Amino acid sequence: MIALSITVRQGDFTLEIDERLDARITALFGPSGAGKTTILDCIAGLRKPSSGSIILAARPLFDAARGIDLAPYERHIGYVTQDVALFPHLTVRRNVLYGRRDGQKLALTAVTRMLEIEDLLDRRVPQLSGGERQRVALARALMSAPDLLLLDEPLAAIDVERRRRILPYVERVRDELSVPIVYVTHDADEVRRLADRVVVLEGGRVIRAGAPAEVL
Amino acid sequence: MDIWHITWFTVATAAFATLLMLPPGLFLAWLLARRQFRGRVLLETLVSLPLVLPPVATGLLLLMLVAPRGPIGGVLERAGIEVVFTWKAVVLAMAVMGLPLLVRTSRAGFEQVDHRYEAVAATLGAGPLRVFLTITLPLALPGVIAGSVLGFARALGEFGATIMIAGSIPGATRTLAVAIYSFAETGRDADAMHLVLVSAVIAFAALGTANWIAARAGVRS
Repeated sequence: MIALSITVRQGDFTLEIDERLDARITALFGPSGAGKTTILDCIAGLRKPSSGSIILAARPLFDAARGIDLAPYERHIGYVTQDVALFPHLTVRRNVLYGRRDGQKLALTAVTRMLEIEDLLDRRVPQLSGGERQRVALARALMSAPDLLLLDEPLAAIDVERRRRILPYVERVRDELSVPIVYVTHDADEVRRLADRVVVLEGGRVIRAGAPAEVL
Repeated sequence: MDIWHITWFTVATAAFATLLMLPPGLFLAWLLARRQFRGRVLLETLVSLPLVLPPVATGLLLLMLVAPRGPIGGVLERAGIEVVFTWKAVVLAMAVMGLPLLVRTSRAGFEQVDHRYEAVAATLGAGPLRVFLTITLPLALPGVIAGSVLGFARALGEFGATIMIAGSIPGATRTLAVAIYSFAETGRDADAMHLVLVSAVIAFAALGTANWIAARAGVRS
């Protein structure tokens, strides 16, 4: 689905990855500083690789050799960042609808029901708990009908107990929608539970890749 | 006593000057807060210049620009627009003198907006203009409002540049600040004191309103 072949240099740190991510959920797994978030930022267009290319379903998002570098708003990639970054001045409803595209088939009611946030729609962001924020951010990304969904440690900011509670929602997105997901985590249990394929990163390099059962 | 006319004229021209400085002011504030470009320091210095230059000097420079034989004034004259010693000159002097305060304070407001919100909005399909109007500007609003009020307050009290390009024509260009000076100079001390009192009340109301709006915005976000 997404063919990723990029190099990112920053100071002493060099990130190199050459992978085809075509599973329903691909996990990028590794310790902090391995370059996981950098990869997501490059795919979303928030960061420019030093060289290489990023091709999503035959559509080049970035190609250094051909001078292609689509702006983030042209890429159709949903991105739930680690801090979720819900817009603090908008209600939950306006957050969720912010990126809705014309003519997309995904209905608000379907998404809010799936993520169980119907009752939160008229609330303001400061009134939400950590777990609720995660689900709203997920709904917001889904409502933009992305061709690919990036989840950056969506569970890192909340405690273990609440993490277990958001996993079923990610599984629902995986099973009910056809959008492929790239999921960044440093938790092996999450990888085993969610991912079809795992790419293990360390110090900016891919050290192993394959089915979670074989790799971990 | 033309105290009400002077007050009304001053508030109206200051409000108009504030509206006039908002579009370029917000653009400059955003540019300085969010973009790296060549000549940035130069632009920053130019914008702030009226803060440190004697207002009378700024007034003289403006006069040279908009006088009927000046580079801008010439063009305007051919279009049938007269600026010098009219209410338009008052507005111009107020806008130029208020702009630095608007830009500096709004810029601080823009700088406080976390880049992540703008980045996420872009991934949701929002282009630069939509990101600015729906994310950056609303989140920077307390700073923008504070800057607008400071600019407005500065405009209300403008004296040096106004006297240079608009003069002190009763009923035509005489603002509170200019009138206080004219009255005091001609021995009408009681009238001058009345206008001082009016100025104080307006300034107090403007700043109070700004603080109230800022406090409300703070509670909401």
